[in-house]
Amino acid sequence: MTTRSKVIALAAVFGLGLAACSEQPQVVRYEQGKYEGKTDARPWEGPVYNGDKAAWEQAMRARVRGQNEYARVE
Amino acid sequence: MARMKFLCDAERCIECNGCVTACKNENEVPWGVNRRRVVTINDGVPGERSMSVACMHCSDAPCIAVCPTNVIYQTEEGVVLHDKDGCIGCGYCFYACPFGAPQFPNGPAAFGARGKMDKCTFCAGGPEENGSQAEFEKYGRNRLAEGKLPACAEMCSTKALLAGDAAELSNIFRDRVLRRGKGSEAWGWMTAYGAGDDAGGSGQGGVGPVGQGEKK
Repeated sequence: MTTRSKVIALAAVFGLGLAACSEQPQVVRYEQGKYEGKTDARPWEGPVYNGDKAAWEQAMRARVRGQNEYARVE
Repeated sequence: MARMKFLCDAERCIECNGCVTACKNENEVPWGVNRRRVVTINDGVPGERSMSVACMHCSDAPCIAVCPTNVIYQTEEGVVLHDKDGCIGCGYCFYACPFGAPQFPNGPAAFGARGKMDKCTFCAGGPEENGSQAEFEKYGRNRLAEGKLPACAEMCSTKALLAGDAAELSNIFRDRVLRRGKGSEAWGWMTAYGAGDDAGGSGQGGVGPVGQGEKK
Protein backbone atom coordinates (compact mmCIF):
# COMPACT_ATOMS: atom_id res chain seq x y z
CA MET A 1 0.00 0.00 0.00
CA THR A 2 1.42 3.34 -1.02
CA THR A 3 1.75 6.28 1.31
CA ARG A 4 -0.90 8.10 -0.72
CA SER A 5 -3.53 5.42 -0.20
CA LYS A 6 -2.67 5.24 3.50
CA VAL A 7 -3.34 8.96 3.86
CA ILE A 8 -6.64 8.65 2.01
CA ALA A 9 -7.73 5.71 4.21
CA LEU A 10 -6.76 7.63 7.38
CA ALA A 11 -8.70 10.71 6.22
CA ALA A 12 -11.74 8.54 5.50
CA VAL A 13 -11.58 7.00 9.01
CA PHE A 14 -11.32 10.45 10.61
CA GLY A 15 -14.18 11.71 8.43
CA LEU A 16 -16.45 8.87 9.50
CA GLY A 17 -15.46 9.34 13.13
CA LEU A 18 -16.26 13.03 13.11
CA ALA A 19 -19.58 12.42 11.35
CA ALA A 20 -20.71 10.39 14.36
CA CYS A 21 -20.21 13.49 16.54
CA SER A 22 -22.96 15.49 14.84
CA GLU A 23 -26.03 16.19 16.96
CA GLN A 24 -29.64 16.35 15.94
CA PRO A 25 -32.03 18.56 17.94
CA GLN A 26 -34.03 16.30 20.22
CA VAL A 27 -36.39 18.87 21.69
CA VAL A 28 -39.71 19.65 20.05
CA ARG A 29 -39.70 23.23 18.91
CA TYR A 30 -42.93 25.00 19.75
CA GLU A 31 -44.33 27.13 16.99
CA GLN A 32 -47.14 29.53 17.76
CA GLY A 33 -50.42 28.18 16.51
CA LYS A 34 -49.03 24.83 15.43
CA TYR A 35 -51.45 22.27 16.72
CA GLU A 36 -50.53 18.62 16.31
CA GLY A 37 -53.67 16.88 17.56
CA LYS A 38 -56.79 15.81 15.72
CA THR A 39 -58.79 18.35 13.76
CA ASP A 40 -62.04 19.54 15.28
CA ALA A 41 -65.33 20.28 13.59
CA ARG A 42 -66.73 23.77 14.07
CA PRO A 43 -69.90 24.16 16.14
CA TRP A 44 -72.15 24.89 13.16
CA GLU A 45 -70.93 21.84 11.26
CA GLY A 46 -72.96 19.41 13.35
CA PRO A 47 -76.37 17.89 12.60
CA VAL A 48 -78.23 20.80 14.22
CA TYR A 49 -77.08 23.64 11.95
CA ASN A 50 -75.75 21.69 8.94
CA GLY A 51 -72.98 24.18 8.24
CA ASP A 52 -75.17 27.28 8.46
CA LYS A 53 -72.80 29.59 10.29
CA ALA A 54 -75.12 32.62 10.14
CA ALA A 55 -77.98 30.70 11.78
CA TRP A 56 -75.67 29.47 14.52
CA GLU A 57 -74.34 32.96 15.20
CA GLN A 58 -77.85 34.37 15.35
CA ALA A 59 -78.96 31.66 17.77
CA MET A 60 -75.93 32.27 19.99
CA ARG A 61 -76.47 36.01 19.99
CA ALA A 62 -80.09 35.58 21.07
CA ARG A 63 -79.03 33.14 23.77
CA VAL A 64 -76.34 35.48 25.14
CA ARG A 65 -78.65 38.50 25.18
CA GLY A 66 -81.25 36.41 26.99
CA GLN A 67 -78.96 36.42 30.00
CA ASN A 68 -79.75 40.08 30.57
CA GLU A 69 -82.83 39.85 32.79
CA TYR A 70 -83.37 43.64 32.64
CA ALA A 71 -83.99 43.30 28.91
CA ARG A 72 -86.11 40.21 29.47
CA VAL A 73 -88.56 41.64 31.99
CA GLU A 74 -89.06 45.10 30.50
CA MET B 1 -65.59 36.44 15.00
CA ALA B 2 -66.88 35.76 18.46
CA ARG B 3 -64.57 35.66 21.46
CA MET B 4 -66.21 33.34 23.93
CA LYS B 5 -65.62 34.34 27.56
CA PHE B 6 -66.96 33.81 31.05
CA LEU B 7 -67.75 36.75 33.30
CA CYS B 8 -68.58 36.30 36.99
CA ASP B 9 -70.25 39.17 38.83
CA ALA B 10 -68.93 39.00 42.42
CA GLU B 11 -71.77 41.28 43.58
CA ARG B 12 -74.33 38.67 42.58
CA CYS B 13 -72.65 35.33 43.30
CA ILE B 14 -74.23 33.75 46.40
CA GLU B 15 -71.90 30.74 46.58
CA CYS B 16 -74.69 28.26 45.89
CA ASN B 17 -72.36 26.04 43.85
CA GLY B 18 -75.12 25.49 41.30
CA CYS B 19 -72.60 26.08 38.50
CA VAL B 20 -70.28 23.40 39.89
CA THR B 21 -73.11 20.91 40.12
CA ALA B 22 -74.47 21.78 36.68
CA CYS B 23 -71.02 21.27 35.15
CA LYS B 24 -70.46 17.93 36.84
CA ASN B 25 -73.90 16.70 35.89
CA GLU B 26 -73.87 17.93 32.30
CA ASN B 27 -70.44 16.58 31.43
CA GLU B 28 -70.36 13.56 33.74
CA VAL B 29 -67.00 14.70 35.03
CA PRO B 30 -65.01 11.90 36.73
CA TRP B 31 -64.66 11.64 40.48
CA GLY B 32 -61.96 13.93 41.85
CA VAL B 33 -62.17 16.42 39.00
CA ASN B 34 -63.89 19.78 39.31
CA ARG B 35 -63.83 21.75 36.10
CA ARG B 36 -65.45 24.66 37.91
CA ARG B 37 -65.35 25.77 41.55
CA VAL B 38 -66.51 28.69 43.65
CA VAL B 39 -63.86 30.71 45.46
CA THR B 40 -64.87 32.85 48.46
CA ILE B 41 -62.84 35.59 50.12
CA ASN B 42 -63.57 37.11 53.55
CA ASP B 43 -65.80 34.14 54.26
CA GLY B 44 -68.32 34.85 57.03
CA VAL B 45 -67.55 38.52 57.52
CA PRO B 46 -69.26 41.58 56.02
CA GLY B 47 -67.84 42.26 52.61
CA GLU B 48 -67.64 38.58 51.73
CA ARG B 49 -67.40 37.94 48.02
CA SER B 50 -67.62 34.76 45.98
CA MET B 51 -66.62 34.04 42.43
CA SER B 52 -67.05 31.07 40.16
CA VAL B 53 -63.77 30.09 38.47
CA ALA B 54 -62.96 27.67 35.66
CA CYS B 55 -60.86 27.85 32.50
CA MET B 56 -61.02 31.48 31.40
CA HIS B 57 -60.26 30.58 27.77
CA CYS B 58 -57.40 33.09 27.59
CA SER B 59 -56.83 34.90 24.31
CA ASP B 60 -53.10 34.15 24.63
CA ALA B 61 -53.30 30.96 26.66
CA PRO B 62 -50.11 29.93 28.52
CA CYS B 63 -51.19 26.27 28.55
CA ILE B 64 -50.97 26.21 24.74
CA ALA B 65 -47.47 27.64 24.89
CA VAL B 66 -46.11 25.07 27.35
CA CYS B 67 -47.77 21.87 26.10
CA PRO B 68 -44.86 19.63 25.00
CA THR B 69 -47.03 17.57 22.68
CA ASN B 70 -48.86 20.58 21.17
CA VAL B 71 -52.33 19.17 21.71
CA ILE B 72 -54.01 22.27 23.17
CA TYR B 73 -55.59 24.60 20.65
CA GLN B 74 -57.91 27.56 20.35
CA THR B 75 -61.00 27.39 18.16
CA GLU B 76 -62.22 30.15 15.88
CA GLU B 77 -64.60 31.23 18.65
CA GLY B 78 -61.75 31.63 21.14
CA VAL B 79 -62.47 28.48 23.13
CA VAL B 80 -59.35 26.67 24.41
CA LEU B 81 -59.68 22.90 23.91
CA HIS B 82 -57.34 19.93 23.88
CA ASP B 83 -56.92 16.54 22.27
CA LYS B 84 -56.89 13.91 25.02
CA ASP B 85 -55.46 11.27 22.68
CA GLY B 86 -52.16 13.15 22.54
CA CYS B 87 -52.05 14.23 26.21
CA ILE B 88 -49.26 12.55 28.19
CA GLY B 89 -50.36 13.91 31.58
CA CYS B 90 -47.10 15.78 32.22
CA GLY B 91 -48.87 18.56 34.13
CA TYR B 92 -47.03 21.50 32.53
CA CYS B 93 -50.36 23.15 31.69
CA PHE B 94 -51.38 22.91 35.34
CA TYR B 95 -48.28 24.85 36.42
CA ALA B 96 -48.68 27.40 33.62
CA CYS B 97 -52.36 28.16 34.23
CA PRO B 98 -52.95 31.11 36.60
CA PHE B 99 -56.49 29.85 37.39
CA GLY B 100 -55.73 26.20 38.20
CA ALA B 101 -58.06 25.08 35.43
CA PRO B 102 -56.32 21.88 34.21
CA GLN B 103 -57.33 18.91 36.35
CA PHE B 104 -55.84 15.43 36.47
CA PRO B 105 -57.91 12.40 37.38
CA ASN B 106 -56.13 9.45 38.92
CA GLY B 107 -55.31 6.80 36.37
CA PRO B 108 -52.48 5.08 34.55
CA ALA B 109 -50.56 7.44 32.27
CA ALA B 110 -47.04 8.20 31.15
CA PHE B 111 -46.33 10.13 34.35
CA GLY B 112 -47.28 7.80 37.15
CA ALA B 113 -50.74 8.07 38.59
CA ARG B 114 -51.62 11.32 36.84
CA GLY B 115 -54.15 10.69 34.08
CA LYS B 116 -54.92 12.75 31.01
CA MET B 117 -55.69 16.40 31.57
CA ASP B 118 -59.33 17.41 31.90
CA LYS B 119 -60.63 20.97 31.95
CA CYS B 120 -63.58 23.17 31.18
CA THR B 121 -64.44 23.00 27.47
CA PHE B 122 -66.94 25.87 27.48
CA CYS B 123 -69.35 23.00 26.80
CA ALA B 124 -67.84 22.81 23.30
CA GLY B 125 -66.70 19.17 23.37
CA GLY B 126 -63.38 18.42 21.71
CA PRO B 127 -61.75 17.12 18.55
CA GLU B 128 -64.28 14.39 17.82
CA GLU B 129 -67.39 14.39 15.69
CA ASN B 130 -69.89 16.93 17.04
CA GLY B 131 -72.41 15.33 19.35
CA SER B 132 -70.87 11.84 19.08
CA GLN B 133 -70.62 9.36 21.94
CA ALA B 134 -66.80 9.46 21.73
CA GLU B 135 -66.87 13.22 22.19
CA PHE B 136 -69.18 12.96 25.18
CA GLU B 137 -67.11 10.28 26.90
CA LYS B 138 -63.83 12.17 26.50
CA TYR B 139 -64.84 15.80 26.80
CA GLY B 140 -68.46 16.03 27.87
CA ARG B 141 -71.42 17.52 26.10
CA ASN B 142 -71.11 19.82 23.10
CA ARG B 143 -73.79 22.37 23.89
CA LEU B 144 -72.25 25.00 21.62
CA ALA B 145 -72.98 22.81 18.60
CA GLU B 146 -76.60 22.69 19.78
CA GLY B 147 -76.79 26.50 19.86
CA LYS B 148 -76.69 26.61 23.66
CA LEU B 149 -74.39 28.27 26.17
CA PRO B 150 -72.36 26.43 28.85
CA ALA B 151 -74.57 24.70 31.43
CA CYS B 152 -72.95 26.52 34.38
CA ALA B 153 -73.93 29.96 33.09
CA GLU B 154 -77.40 28.94 31.97
CA MET B 155 -78.02 27.29 35.33
CA CYS B 156 -76.87 30.28 37.42
CA SER B 157 -79.89 31.39 39.43
CA THR B 158 -78.74 34.96 40.09
CA LYS B 159 -77.17 35.33 36.64
CA ALA B 160 -73.86 36.13 38.31
CA LEU B 161 -72.08 33.89 35.85
CA LEU B 162 -72.43 35.01 32.25
CA ALA B 163 -71.04 33.26 29.18
CA GLY B 164 -70.81 34.17 25.53
CA ASP B 165 -69.28 36.64 23.14
CA ALA B 166 -67.10 39.14 25.05
CA ALA B 167 -68.66 42.20 23.41
CA GLU B 168 -72.20 41.08 24.29
CA LEU B 169 -71.18 40.30 27.88
CA SER B 170 -69.65 43.75 28.23
CA ASN B 171 -72.92 45.31 27.13
CA ILE B 172 -74.93 43.26 29.64
CA PHE B 173 -72.54 44.03 32.48
CA ARG B 174 -72.38 47.74 31.68
CA ASP B 175 -76.17 47.95 31.65
CA ARG B 176 -76.34 46.06 34.96
CA VAL B 177 -73.79 48.25 36.75
CA LEU B 178 -75.48 51.45 35.63
CA ARG B 179 -78.88 50.30 36.90
CA ARG B 180 -78.07 48.75 40.23
CA GLY B 181 -76.10 51.55 41.78
CA LYS B 182 -73.63 50.97 44.56
CA GLY B 183 -73.59 50.78 48.34
CA SER B 184 -76.82 51.82 50.10
CA GLU B 185 -78.36 52.80 46.76
CA ALA B 186 -78.33 49.16 45.69
CA TRP B 187 -81.54 47.20 46.07
CA GLY B 188 -81.50 44.95 49.15
CA TRP B 189 -78.46 46.52 50.72
CA MET B 190 -80.23 47.52 53.98
CA THR B 191 -81.74 44.05 54.38
CA ALA B 192 -78.40 42.37 53.86
CA TYR B 193 -76.08 44.69 55.74
CA GLY B 194 -78.26 46.96 57.88
CA ALA B 195 -77.65 50.66 58.48
CA GLY B 196 -74.07 50.54 59.61
CA ASP B 197 -71.98 53.59 60.32
CA ASP B 198 -70.54 53.55 56.82
CA ALA B 199 -73.32 51.66 55.06
CA GLY B 200 -72.97 53.80 52.00
CA GLY B 201 -69.24 53.46 51.82
CA SER B 202 -66.90 50.57 51.39
CA GLY B 203 -69.30 47.74 52.03
CA GLN B 204 -67.83 47.05 55.48
CA GLY B 205 -70.84 48.46 57.34
CA GLY B 206 -72.18 46.85 60.50
CA VAL B 207 -74.59 43.97 60.21
CA GLY B 208 -78.06 44.71 61.51
CA PRO B 209 -80.99 42.34 62.05
CA VAL B 210 -82.73 41.11 58.95
CA GLY B 211 -86.11 42.69 58.32
CA GLN B 212 -85.33 46.26 59.22
CA GLY B 213 -86.92 47.20 55.96
CA GLU B 214 -85.73 49.54 53.34
CA LYS B 215 -85.92 53.25 53.71
CA LYS B 216 -86.16 53.86 50.02
